Amino acid sequence: MDRRSFLVVAGLLGVAACGSNTGRGEGGGALKHWYHAYGEDGVQDAVRRYAAAYPGAKVEVQWNPGDYDSKIVTALQNSAVPDVFEAQVKADWVRQKQVVPLDDLLGDTRDDFVRALLDSQTVDGKLYGIPQAIDTQVLYYRPSLLAKAGVAPPRTVDELVDAAKRLTTGSLHGLFAGNDGGVGVFTGPLLWSAGLDFLTKDGKAPGFDDPRAATVFGKLRDLNQGLLLGAPTDWSDPGAFVDGRVAMQWTGLWNLPKITAAHGTDVGVLPFPRLDDSGAESVPVGAYSAMVNARSTNIDAAKAYLKWLWVEKTDYQTEFATAFGAHLPARQSLAARAQSLHSGPGKDAVGFVTGGGRIASPARWPARANTALSDAVSRVARQGADPVGELRSAVDIARTEIARLDR
Amino acid sequence: MTRGATRTFWLFVGPFAAGLLLFTYLPIGWSAYLSLFDARNTVTPTDFTGFDNYRDILTDRAFLDSIGTFTLFAVFIIPTTVVLALVLALLVNQIRFARAFFQSVFFLPFACSYVVASLVWKMSLFSGVDSGVVNTVLGWFGGSPRAWIGTVDPPLYWVVLVTARLWLQLGFYMILLIAALRRIPRYHYEAAAIDGATPWQSFRHVTLPGLRGALIAVLTLNLINAYQAFDEFYNILGDSRGYPPFARPPLVYLYYTSLGSGGQDLGRGSAGAVILALVIALATLLSGRVFRRAR
Repeated sequence: MDRRSFLVVAGLLGVAACGSNTGRGEGGGALKHWYHAYGEDGVQDAVRRYAAAYPGAKVEVQWNPGDYDSKIVTALQNSAVPDVFEAQVKADWVRQKQVVPLDDLLGDTRDDFVRALLDSQTVDGKLYGIPQAIDTQVLYYRPSLLAKAGVAPPRTVDELVDAAKRLTTGSLHGLFAGNDGGVGVFTGPLLWSAGLDFLTKDGKAPGFDDPRAATVFGKLRDLNQGLLLGAPTDWSDPGAFVDGRVAMQWTGLWNLPKITAAHGTDVGVLPFPRLDDSGAESVPVGAYSAMVNARSTNIDAAKAYLKWLWVEKTDYQTEFATAFGAHLPARQSLAARAQSLHSGPGKDAVGFVTGGGRIASPARWPARANTALSDAVSRVARQGADPVGELRSAVDIARTEIARLDR
Repeated sequence: MTRGATRTFWLFVGPFAAGLLLFTYLPIGWSAYLSLFDARNTVTPTDFTGFDNYRDILTDRAFLDSIGTFTLFAVFIIPTTVVLALVLALLVNQIRFARAFFQSVFFLPFACSYVVASLVWKMSLFSGVDSGVVNTVLGWFGGSPRAWIGTVDPPLYWVVLVTARLWLQLGFYMILLIAALRRIPRYHYEAAAIDGATPWQSFRHVTLPGLRGALIAVLTLNLINAYQAFDEFYNILGDSRGYPPFARPPLVYLYYTSLGSGGQDLGRGSAGAVILALVIALATLLSGRVFRRAR
């Protein structure tokens, strides 16, 4: 091809690209409902089935693999799509008026929802998301392997460090908590184990401005001696535990069906242990909740649909939470219906949530503060940096970022 | 110009000019504009803050670390790439047998996507489990499996990152240098041989000066490439929870700042992008100056 004809072809391609579809479908009045891609089989079919069954309007479900959370943030800035989506409420979205309050949808069911969950989706006294189900994470362990090594199920952070080390022999590792050495999943539980938190009770300041935070992050450095790193899958997948690479793994309760299928009754669960008597055992509690985009062209229809699906259709809510993976229903009346949570590890996990469930991602906890804190924890745990200095700089950034929310 | 010629001119140039304007100059200008505002989760900010974003990001340890790390990375990867590409080019250019085959073999990795290569490096070659390729080979020699990507002390992850980058780009620079080698007239070598030059002398005084232009191009491309590092870093070290604080290139840091989940701080991100653009421009100018002086 000579240069001129190349330019012609390229020029035409450029014109064609400019004229192409802008992505706005021909759906007309249909509501667009976005989900992230759930890992469990059957969820996608179920939510499409729910949407098709809605009598009030046509609903189009979009399944979003990949970096869903970033995609939502981008969509909320200037797009009318989606109308309805799942996410965790962020104070910034409320400040930018990107989401709408949903208090009027709950009616007398408000008391049925788990209180802490509603609180986590509330900003300045208004509810912006209806919790769909409770996700939690637990420490799975193989009782047989612990018994063989003469290790008791760990109930303090020091015992966990010790157990992980002693269970590491040959190709078996003590514990898997993600390929980042537990920085991502353990930052919250470590704070809670020392009686601290991301935020103070009133949410106005960082809750970890305390020398004990430095102490407990130092423990993660010790724990890294017994961790499996470089597994083919990350913490959210039960692969390492199912394949027998580790004696203990920190992962989602939702993986319980796959784990019991692999190891039968040789499975126990524990909450994250406490540092000492002034801390507490804990499990992180997170919930995607259903929200309405403030730029939606049909906010009323979107709210009516949300009310139908996540307030009225309790049979769908129960199925969504318990039929595909082990999530806990967001409503107390539905928890009673969930058979899989009435015995064994499932029952234990319900107890952990009731006794020590902590909100993993508070609405007032800013992304930049989170980056600063996990950078600090990573430097301490993985690079051996000085915990006190690292903590200091994370506290400073978090304080500025949190104060900004009230400016 | 006749009217017909004018029309033809715009027909050919128009689409590209419009594309350049719309997709390159407008975003650059917009980015500079955003950098002067508190632009969180919005591209149409109203809260003018002057140079606060610049002050903020220039005192941000994470950003400065990322620039520092990547200057070090550049200092290492650029000479390594240039020397290895030159050695490869000289070797491949010497052989008489199946030269086209060897050229293609070394060039082919360049056609591979950075993302695909990163995933192969991460999940197969340098996987931390004992069935990973490198760990299997280590096992034959009695070594124990290592978590290549997860080991921070010593920083084994650099082995993964550097080998991926070398594999991907060496072939391209090799081809550039081979093309330049072929343009050096044979009679220069013949004249050198008649004067009794050793192979080293003819390399030093004939080949290297003949390659100067190509080497400058290779060095400059490499420098820009090093600061643009993103693909393999993001895909090898990043995970669903974010990115560790080490080996974090400026672009990865800016990506998480301005487009990450949770808080898209486009103002700070844009300020960082402007600073980074200035650093790259300065480094390129400086390297050009240095080479011109060496001429």
